[in-house]
Formats: sequence, C-alpha cells, structure tokens
Amino acid sequence: MRATVGLILLAVIGVGVGISLLAIPFGAPKTEIGDYYIENAREDTGATNVVTSVVVGYRAFDTLGEVTVLFVAALGLGAVLATAGGKRGRSGVEPASLILSAGNIFLFPLILLFGAYIFTHGHLTPGGGFQGGAVIASAFLLVYLSSPGKRINESGATLTESVSGLVFVAIGLLGLTYGTHYFLANFLPKGTLNTLFSAGIIPVIYCAIGLKVGSELAGVVDNLMEETE
Amino acid sequence: MTVYFMCAVLLMMGLYCLVAKKNIVKKIIGIVIMDYAVNLYLITIGYKNNGVAPIIEKTTSPELLERFVDPLPQALVLTSIVIGLGTLSLMVSMVIRLYEKHGTFDMSQISKLRG
Repeated sequence: MRATVGLILLAVIGVGVGISLLAIPFGAPKTEIGDYYIENAREDTGATNVVTSVVVGYRAFDTLGEVTVLFVAALGLGAVLATAGGKRGRSGVEPASLILSAGNIFLFPLILLFGAYIFTHGHLTPGGGFQGGAVIASAFLLVYLSSPGKRINESGATLTESVSGLVFVAIGLLGLTYGTHYFLANFLPKGTLNTLFSAGIIPVIYCAIGLKVGSELAGVVDNLMEETE
Repeated sequence: MTVYFMCAVLLMMGLYCLVAKKNIVKKIIGIVIMDYAVNLYLITIGYKNNGVAPIIEKTTSPELLERFVDPLPQALVLTSIVIGLGTLSLMVSMVIRLYEKHGTFDMSQISKLRG
C-alpha cells in the first residue's frame, strides 16, 4: 500500500521534473554573471581561484550566513543531545587495535597540517575554509576512534570557534571604515597574483572559516561519540 | 540531457526512500540522496563542453579562459553542501533521542506509542 502510493507520487513528480529538464541545454555557454566573474575576478579580488573569489569576495555576505547556519545546527545538536546528568564518560568502549592507535600518533599532526594547507591556499588552489575545516575535524574523529578515553578540550574548541567567528565579522565591519565603505569590502593590499600573500582579506577570512568549521565539526563529533557506549 | 535525467532519477530514488521506508535512518538516507541529486544537477548546469576548472594560473591564455566552466553554480553548491551537513547532523541527533525514548527506529511503531 505504502509502496504503491509512493510509486504513483513518484511517477507524477518524475514526469513533472523531466518535462522541465527538457528545456535546459547541456554544456551550454555560461551565464552572463559567470562570464563577468571569470573576466573581472583577478582585478576585483586578486584571487586566482574564481570560485573562491565568488564565495568570499563577491558573495562574502552569503558565506557569513552559511557559517551562521552551520553554527546554529551545531548548537541545536548540542542542545538536543545534552544530557541532564552532565557529560558521560566513554569508559565502556573497548580499546582500539594497535594499528589504529599507532597510526593515529603518526597521522594526527599530518592531517592537521593538510587541513591548514587547504584553507590557507583557498585563493590559489581548489579548496578553502569549509573543506580544510572538514579535514581538521576528521583528524579529531580519528583520535576519538583510536583512543576511547580522550576528549577534545571543549573550552578550547569554543574559544577557537568564537574568536574566528568574531574575526570574520570584525573584518566585515573594518571594510565599512576603510576601503570602499561597504560590509566585507577589501581594505588590504591585493599583492601579486599567484602568491600566498595576495587577494587582500580573502585568505584571512578563509583561515577564520577553516578554524571555525574545524572546531564546530569537532564539537559535533564529540557530541555524537558521547552517545556511543 | 541524459545527465540531467540521471540526476532526476537519483532524486526520485531518494524521494521513494523517503516515502516508502518506515525506518527513520533509511528516511534520512533518502533525504541525503535527494540533497546530493540536487547538488549534482546544479554542478552539471555549470558545465561547458570541453571545460576546465576556473582557476587562473600564470600560464593561462585567453583561449583557456574561454573554456572555464561557470563558477557560480560551484560556489552555490559549496554553500548547499555545508547546509546539508548541518541539517543532517541535526536530524541524526533527533533520531538518537527518539531511539532512546522508544527503543525502535520504526516510524509506525513510534507514532503508536504516544509518550
């Protein structure tokens, strides 16, 4: 019964979606705004990765909203999973194998370094704050899997998250005073193309986003792992 | 064109999973599949025949600049992926609480129990 109703619903929606898709050509020329970004991103923002110049340059305000959504989601997860009797220990979990615990000691700093590389080079190569933050959180997940007794320093994670969020907003407000006087305007020198210290505020914002997302996702992992007993 | 229809098929698979399955974890998997189908569709809209990644290097010539794919859908999908992750973590946390309260993942059982 349930499956039949589901299939009928699916057929109706599928036909509707399919008809609307027929009108869209595949591999067609870009949108006008896409052409504009490719032509002018170098001069406007100084970043050579055009996607980054859109995410943190032209649409930086959107990104601030996106970071806020992620923050609220992490906050909601913490609120739903918060236990009345304080934090429970994870003493019941059996210890990990030798390979995992030994590999963790070797890999943990390397994964952190890789994550930092991804978000500091967001304006030059594929990657950026969100991707780098996810890589950093995966390093903490490895720690949780390999040594059941260990926990992240929660006040440290909260401090990192709050400070990097404040840095993002403070840079935006500084743009109102200096530079071209709008929120998140670039007020730092753009430097030479294709070097690490270029693109004005973009690497600074991406470092803040990377640290914020990394600590937030590590907190999410912490909350979820606490539930496994 | 075929690529778009494959995205639509993926979307329909996710929707079927969401509608027909009783297990909440499977429903969540259906939502995630739908999420990724939409992301994949948006990315393929930005594709250009013979396209390359929109990253300017020292050696990039004006001809190569013409072959760049559309950067706008990629930037939007980046946002979409992060928000998808946020909603997924929130859904998972609620399911954990539901399982603790009712001891089952079955949606029909949970709605029968009431409190």
